[in-house]
Amino acid sequence: SSWWSHVEMGPPDPILGVTEAFKRDTNSKKMNLGVGAYRDDSGKPYVLNCVRKAEAMIASKKMDKEYLPIVGLADFTRASAELALGENSEVLKSGRYVTVQGISGTGSLRIGANFLHRFFKASHDVYLPKPSWGNHTPIFRDAGMQLQAYRYYDPKTCSLDFSGAVDDISKIPEKSIILMHACAHNPTGVDPRQEQWKELAAVVKKRNLLVYFDMAYQGFASGDINRDAWAVRHFIEQGIDVVLAQSFAKNMGLYGERVGAFTVICRDAEEAKRVESQLKILIRPMYSNPPMNGARIASMILNTPDLRKEWLVEVKSMADRIIGMRNQLVSNLKKEGSSHNWQHITDQIGMFCFTGLKPEQVERLIKEFSIYMTKDGRISVAGVSSGNVGYLAHAIHQVTK
Amino acid sequence: AYRTDEGQPWILPVVKKVEQMIANDNSLNHEYLPILGLPEFRANASRIALGDDSPAIKENRIGSVQSLGGTGALRIGAEFLRRWYNGNNNTATPVYISAPSWENHNSVFVDAGFKDIRTYHYWDAAKRGLDLQGLLNDLESAPEFSIFILHACAHNPTGTDPSPEQWKQIAAVMKRRCLFPFFDSAYQGFASGSLDKDAWAVRYFVSEGFELFCAQSFSKNFGLYNERVGNLTVVGKDADSVQRALSQMEKIVRTTWSNPPSQGARIVATTLSSPQLFDEWYGNVKTMADRVLLMRSELRSRLEALGTPGTWNHITEQIGMFSFTGLNPKQVEYMIKEKHIYLLASGRINMCGLTTKNLDYVAKSIHEAVTKIQ
Repeated sequence: SSWWSHVEMGPPDPILGVTEAFKRDTNSKKMNLGVGAYRDDSGKPYVLNCVRKAEAMIASKKMDKEYLPIVGLADFTRASAELALGENSEVLKSGRYVTVQGISGTGSLRIGANFLHRFFKASHDVYLPKPSWGNHTPIFRDAGMQLQAYRYYDPKTCSLDFSGAVDDISKIPEKSIILMHACAHNPTGVDPRQEQWKELAAVVKKRNLLVYFDMAYQGFASGDINRDAWAVRHFIEQGIDVVLAQSFAKNMGLYGERVGAFTVICRDAEEAKRVESQLKILIRPMYSNPPMNGARIASMILNTPDLRKEWLVEVKSMADRIIGMRNQLVSNLKKEGSSHNWQHITDQIGMFCFTGLKPEQVERLIKEFSIYMTKDGRISVAGVSSGNVGYLAHAIHQVTK
Repeated sequence: AYRTDEGQPWILPVVKKVEQMIANDNSLNHEYLPILGLPEFRANASRIALGDDSPAIKENRIGSVQSLGGTGALRIGAEFLRRWYNGNNNTATPVYISAPSWENHNSVFVDAGFKDIRTYHYWDAAKRGLDLQGLLNDLESAPEFSIFILHACAHNPTGTDPSPEQWKQIAAVMKRRCLFPFFDSAYQGFASGSLDKDAWAVRYFVSEGFELFCAQSFSKNFGLYNERVGNLTVVGKDADSVQRALSQMEKIVRTTWSNPPSQGARIVATTLSSPQLFDEWYGNVKTMADRVLLMRSELRSRLEALGTPGTWNHITEQIGMFSFTGLNPKQVEYMIKEKHIYLLASGRINMCGLTTKNLDYVAKSIHEAVTKIQ
């Protein structure tokens, strides 16, 4: 008999399930609002112009395919840190940080999780906002960490439960690890305002917590890379030495190239060297060294002034399209005659929106209107276009009136 | 990494061609691959390892996981085995690694959670060859169900492979004692110039009815080092078991890298699925393998012509990128300090570093080291 006779079938991925059902649907008006990737106004994947240009430049240079160092492409990791921290950051000037290339957001989060498991002896508890990205929990669990939660989303108002968050965070045992979404919270789209971030930083500092920032949408949230990195930079300025996972999947549209970075802010450059040596020891038995293609593209864009300018314009246009769709959805709902308050749709930010729809209402949207989303009422605004926003508003009104 | 006769890295001509095709194809984008990878890559990669006429493929009892290089394939396989191999907790299951082996093998299995990692006899330094009896003894005395990491061909670092007859003996003991074969195949095609020859051991085990893993790397045979192209081939007893195993591997992949990088997989898939490009690739692979084989024979003949003490047939009997010369640490130090020839303290040299221009110098230097230093 087989060694694998006792292996259970793994549970189907809930988000993939949405896409599978969508594919089977023959309704011409169907909409896939589960997709976690940007779509243009025609509903198509979008390859950024600056990416195409960078690719052409790279091809013309005829570079070799020799292994990257374990920590990745230096020009990329340096530029990635600078993008997150700001070029004037004292951290960059003093060199008291290490940034390693990671396999997009997931790989970067995992390197960090493994590093914390091995070297953060004070605690193995990671506090996630409630709710958080579904993959955070298994990533930290597989790294040997324990998961806890702090209040974050208020389903009654579809916005931030600020007092609940402050209350919970102020009770987290000292020296625990707290994970925070730098911008465009996934899945709710609910971000703290800057004054709220200031208060959160004060509480976190008082509790002496290690802050793990997940920044997967820099530039993609507000359209402004500096604005989206404000929280990360503020925490550092307040003397909180954070760790940070970055993804370039969405803001550069490099999803399948797996471009990301993991950063540890250290006391000084010497400590950073020691931390780097340990990160290498973690990475080597995982995949030896990271893939070149996407990192080269990202590096070319970040380090070539013209391309960087073009990128900033393109990322803003992606963010603007999303914001535009949010506005149109709300105005269309008003036009439909909905009496509900849909302000949260435009208050929320980034790719996702927690509509506040209940499971039964989601069920109806799927069955009666062929509009697909996850049971928690989360929609990907990237899947909305000027061609179907009216239909979406009509359907939502039908199931909520 | 492979080097040309000018000592330069080499991008395979077929890779250049296919990259151009990909660049010109405007229908392609950078969207996520599925968690297990690009389907056309997975199927073709496993087909290369197991052979077009593999009974396992015909019977639909194979699975593939696109991975970040050979290392990534080893790690996913190791993580799966630790969770699911013999019961649900294999931290105590012994894992056997050859003495010596690629040093990262140990780290992969340690980090995957295995607590009992042992070595099996492999290299006989005295006779400069395979310690077959030692190996067989270790197989006989290993606890049942132990996991054995086997090098499919071109053993790293010794360059010494079992012969087909010796593989048959190894397989017989492993079958009788219920030991699990986990092949590491990083040099298929690159070793002998023949894909079939370099996959003989893996295919033999499959034909003997084993369930096994094979971690494949396309770093060397496609020269795609930094694109991290690898594949974990899973061979099971039946399709259903393999499906369930793959569903669990998906969960492991999801928390490690979510989904694999697309560029390298596209290059390999495009090449392997086109008969014409496949032939071109085969030619490129043979070019690399032939150059290494030539360097081996040229080095050996020079050493024998110089009358360098000792026997040097192991240089041509060994296979692949590396050769365990038999130089001791003191002789190695002489090579590095006095002759500026860099090799490992183990006496391992990278044959790819040899060129027609430096053969004479290297041969003379080895001669000096062996005659001057004991």
